[in-house]
Amino acid sequence: MIQRKYIESLAKAGLRADGRAFDEYRKPISVEYGVSAKSAEGSARIKIGDTEVIAGVKMELGKPYPDKPDQGSIMVNVELLPMASPRFESGPPSIDAIELARVVDRAIRESGSINFKKLCIEPGEQCWTVIIDIYPINADGNLFDACSLAALAAVKDAKMPKLNGDVVDYKNKTDEGLPLEKEALECTVYKVGGQLLVDPTVDEELAATARLTVGVTDTNHICAMQKGGFETLTEEEVLKIVDMAIEKTTELRKELKNGKPYKI
Amino acid sequence: MSYKKRFDGRKLTETRPMIAKIGVVKNAVGSAMFQIGKTRAIAAVYGPRELHPKHLQNPSSGRLRCHYNMMAFSGSGDRVRPGPSRRSKEISYVTEQALSPVLDLSSFPKTVVDVYIELVQTDAGTRCAGICAASMALADAGIRMKDLVTAISVGLVAGTAVVDLDYDEEAHEEGAVDIPVAMTPRDGQITLLQLDGDISKEDFAKALKLAKDACAEIYEVQKQALKEKYTEDKK
Repeated sequence: MIQRKYIESLAKAGLRADGRAFDEYRKPISVEYGVSAKSAEGSARIKIGDTEVIAGVKMELGKPYPDKPDQGSIMVNVELLPMASPRFESGPPSIDAIELARVVDRAIRESGSINFKKLCIEPGEQCWTVIIDIYPINADGNLFDACSLAALAAVKDAKMPKLNGDVVDYKNKTDEGLPLEKEALECTVYKVGGQLLVDPTVDEELAATARLTVGVTDTNHICAMQKGGFETLTEEEVLKIVDMAIEKTTELRKELKNGKPYKI
Repeated sequence: MSYKKRFDGRKLTETRPMIAKIGVVKNAVGSAMFQIGKTRAIAAVYGPRELHPKHLQNPSSGRLRCHYNMMAFSGSGDRVRPGPSRRSKEISYVTEQALSPVLDLSSFPKTVVDVYIELVQTDAGTRCAGICAASMALADAGIRMKDLVTAISVGLVAGTAVVDLDYDEEAHEEGAVDIPVAMTPRDGQITLLQLDGDISKEDFAKALKLAKDACAEIYEVQKQALKEKYTEDKK
């Protein structure tokens, strides 16, 4: 409570506890590809400040949904491991984990990033499902953006496994990447003490009254949104957040491009 | 004895390359990473902290609770369904028993020390890698211990005794015997022993000896990692 008041009063004075500007991400941001290269079809580890997230892609064979017989599909899952924070507990996924997974899913799915038609093997019979599993290893704030960045990095890293008839040969990957046509990334802006800021620490998240996640494609189109928090945002604030999200996702994209192979 | 040359060219008694690192999860009280070949485990320790539900509390000592988990994409074939399975529950349980003998939690009655073990990438030997990482993480957390715990899988591949089987060896068409062993390296006490397969008494004794030698090597890697962390901190 004291911490919350402190963070709020700082924000009102135009300040943040760690001295950053409101529109400044923690540094360094790093992207490493292939953290589980032996096992997963695609994988990545990303860090934003002390927040660290690992994501992996598995490709599974399945049957297309009856309403989309000529398309493959995706599934996004986030596990809030008790390893990552003393505040996380084991057990079935919490509502936070479910929201996180659905919001990350939304940007990739609704942007049309992945050409699902190209994931269909035989209409009505067989298709690929892209399963993205995301694991925060150290949760130190801003999991929305961190999970979104990790998911896109893992998808970019993925190679299709070899298919022998009806059996997937997971040991042999092809050179073919996923049919990725756009790259959607999310930026979440938090309202703290009446101010709008990005990349919150855990304390700032707890002090926030509202947040808005904006998914942005690489052509700067909006592809997903999710408002959270129990208080309101004005129209001006929403429009300002969209501008901030476009600017910040452009920065995050550079980190994806500068990504390196994983090294211990 | 048809298996003379190992698939990956190692000597019969040679472990895969090992890497150990301390302090990989900042939020945790103690943490460590242990990689052997392509199998990589991360362990994080939280506690001693109050144990819930209360009926599990021990009024005279703290409790160790281990949680072994494979990340969904870390298997060698299909995706592993998230959440505890019968396999992961058993491994968690034997991991607790493997680590408990070196711990002294008598100063922390009614508490729990939680050890979370996550496998990021696997190529057999995951419970052993998990135990190696966990014992380093406990040491990093400053929990009172009389020794580290080292673990390695030994066994027979097509009748030949080898150390540190990888997945291809476990799946050898002529059969394999897999024996995960954990021991306290200083006095050679065995804290975990499991066996899958068909093996003679003589071969078993031989395999156990191989495990002991390998554990001595692992112990050096673990100690080195801990020393690096704490000499680094002093600077």
